[in-house]
Amino acid sequence: MRKLAPFAVLGIMVLVLGIAKPRFLATGNLLNIGTQMAPVALMAVGQMLVIISAGIDLSIGSVLALSGVVSTLLMAEFQLPLWLSLCAGVLVGTLCGWLNGLMITLGRIPPFIATLGMMGVARGLALILSGGVQVSVSDPNFSYIGNGRFLDVVPLPVIITLLVAVAGHMLLQQTKMGRYTYAIGSNREAAWLSGVNVDQTLRRIYTMSGALAGLAGIILMARLSSGQPAEGEGIELIVIAACVIGGASFSGGEGTVLGSVIGALIMGVLRNGCNLLQIPVFWQRVFIGAIIIIAVFADQYRKHRQQGPSG
Amino acid sequence: MSEPLLHLSHISKQFPGVLALDDVHLSVRAGEVHVLLGENGAGKSTLVKIVTGAYQRTGGDISFDGRPLQVADPRHAIDAGISMVYQEINLAPHLTVAENVYLGHEPLRSKLFRIIDQERMNRLAGQALSRFHLQIDPATPVQQLSVAQQQMVEIVKAFSTNARLIILDEPTATLTSREIDELFTLIRKMKAEGVAFIYISHRLEELPLIGDQVTVLRDGRFVATVPADTAMDELIRLMIGRTVDHLFPKRHVQAGERLLDVENLTRDGVFHDVGFSLRQGEILGVAGLVGAGRTEMARAIFGADKADSGRISLEGRPLDIQSPCHALKQGIAYVSEDRKGQSMALGMSVQDNITLAELPGLSGPVLLNAGAERECAEKYRKELDIRMTGPEQPAGLLSGGNQQKVVIARLLATNPKVLIFDEPTRGVDVGAKVEIYQLINQLVERGTGVILISSYLPELLALSDRVLVMREGRVSALLNRDEATQENILAAATTGTEQAA
Repeated sequence: MRKLAPFAVLGIMVLVLGIAKPRFLATGNLLNIGTQMAPVALMAVGQMLVIISAGIDLSIGSVLALSGVVSTLLMAEFQLPLWLSLCAGVLVGTLCGWLNGLMITLGRIPPFIATLGMMGVARGLALILSGGVQVSVSDPNFSYIGNGRFLDVVPLPVIITLLVAVAGHMLLQQTKMGRYTYAIGSNREAAWLSGVNVDQTLRRIYTMSGALAGLAGIILMARLSSGQPAEGEGIELIVIAACVIGGASFSGGEGTVLGSVIGALIMGVLRNGCNLLQIPVFWQRVFIGAIIIIAVFADQYRKHRQQGPSG
Repeated sequence: MSEPLLHLSHISKQFPGVLALDDVHLSVRAGEVHVLLGENGAGKSTLVKIVTGAYQRTGGDISFDGRPLQVADPRHAIDAGISMVYQEINLAPHLTVAENVYLGHEPLRSKLFRIIDQERMNRLAGQALSRFHLQIDPATPVQQLSVAQQQMVEIVKAFSTNARLIILDEPTATLTSREIDELFTLIRKMKAEGVAFIYISHRLEELPLIGDQVTVLRDGRFVATVPADTAMDELIRLMIGRTVDHLFPKRHVQAGERLLDVENLTRDGVFHDVGFSLRQGEILGVAGLVGAGRTEMARAIFGADKADSGRISLEGRPLDIQSPCHALKQGIAYVSEDRKGQSMALGMSVQDNITLAELPGLSGPVLLNAGAERECAEKYRKELDIRMTGPEQPAGLLSGGNQQKVVIARLLATNPKVLIFDEPTRGVDVGAKVEIYQLINQLVERGTGVILISSYLPELLALSDRVLVMREGRVSALLNRDEATQENILAAATTGTEQAA
């Protein structure tokens, strides 16, 4: 029942907007939303894993920027082949995520603090490496990744996001690692005493979150055909909001990949709807905040009402 | 003493989908210890939470001291003179003992500015603690205390509110005999001063020692009120509606080969030079006061905590156990004493809880195998008779006894050679207790070695083939079945009298 709530919210929004502004339902517009939200949805998949494990990753916006900057620099300054530069970019994101994991497991640093630190370090490195200015890339193949369309219809970013979402869903629901993630979030000590390698699972989760942030950075900057060191500032809050609307709980043990993607779509539809209705940008932020509060309130209310007797 | 202090009549409580209480009566007089008896799910906790204001009744009347009582929340109840010690510890871990005891009614230095009189609070707390003969510094943060010590602090807290009615929910579950004696002595003292008690317990042998009247609930309904010295068989029959032949079934099994050898196991400051051996089909009981190091030793064998030195061998092979994962692979399993905190993933389904430790064995190279998991869960549901609405039910909704069965099932699924139980029947009702004892018997019949850590001496004495007694981190005695008596065990646990092994 609870899992249907994000669908319902999205459905209502689409219905209302479709009636108010039929232009909303145009294929081009809908695909546009998908393209815009692809980076957020990608990172939301990773963040959902992290939040289910009762953690948080605040560094994704900065890691996104660092990965994108490294990729574009390798192409623009060092003339490395496209595929090599892109791999390097994702690798940078993976490395940052892995370092987060090390800090959290071996360093016993709380996730909030560790990823907050990485947020600063990665952003700083992105600015240093790029000199604080954008890194233009002339290779049209790079731009294709962000703007190209498969079969001339479906944007590449949307396809990539769908593939990652499906893989993420399978990981969470149908593999040992996914089950262990839920168990660790639900009761970490119980997972440990049941033979789960908690530290290894956590390191993998944060590494994945970093890798996805790297991938998101590449897609985002491919659309702009340049490396932007200031990109992604503040995006972590949108990603976390998407996860929370999608059913995640900060105490851990709850949430689904599908929920996080729906959450990202809700944010995208909200932004798009506000644009179509010509609602000022600043009001969009008010709406986003309000939706988060309402979504979580409704969830808590339903949970509270279900609280039964305890013998 | 004709008018009861607390009178509940026609009490009912409806939850969404469940009628938890149906027309229940209860009368408690001043100076009386009134026991509330019933299986898990019978409604005892629900009834008592209505009295303390944690729940609101949907029907019936409550009168306290002759006047109708309206308790909208726990604050009202405390102000009215009703105090409760819950089964789960409700202390604030980062605050000190004194701060917890006086939480909500701190002695004030200035009423106007609400400034707490720290010195007086510590002094009063110290006095309250010494009334119980507790050697605890009131300035200690509560999280540094053991579970039993925390339970005693909860009791001290309830007694410090000048309550007229004190409700105790399984107060002796985490206590050892010495602490239980202290508690009963204090209860008797307060009875003489006119304080009334509602006492919830599954330990039937305690009832005649401390109780006056017993009210039995079953499935949310009132069954009967009888004197506390009623025969145990009769009480059980009232509780579960049928007779139970043996409260502590014990089947004698011929012990087989040497299974587990522990030598000189040490962790500085916690336990020293612990050694014993366990045979196939043997039940080794482990007794000792709280703080003796039993749980710590067990966790070290299981790899959950580190040991500084010592040797552990399984079937003659020396083992180097680094983690619970490793221990389980070798065939050593451990059921924790702290069900809620360390064992249960309450938000996950019963099925997921059962399969958690054996997931590598139940799944394919990459993906999980839903069919294998379902089979595993169903197998143990049948074998242990776990009462649940279905395998997808959130484990947190099960009763204490059934949750314990889920944890046991989880570890049984790994096919262990050695199973260490740590307080397996704490907070578990009579029916489920017997089922767990029968399970332990079945295990040893199949050749599993069982280590049974328990503070509940009747169960320990009935089931153990030998009893290891620990005191202050060391092995104090190793008693054979015919040598093991309540007195011998207590003597070894407190004074360290050596017995021939």
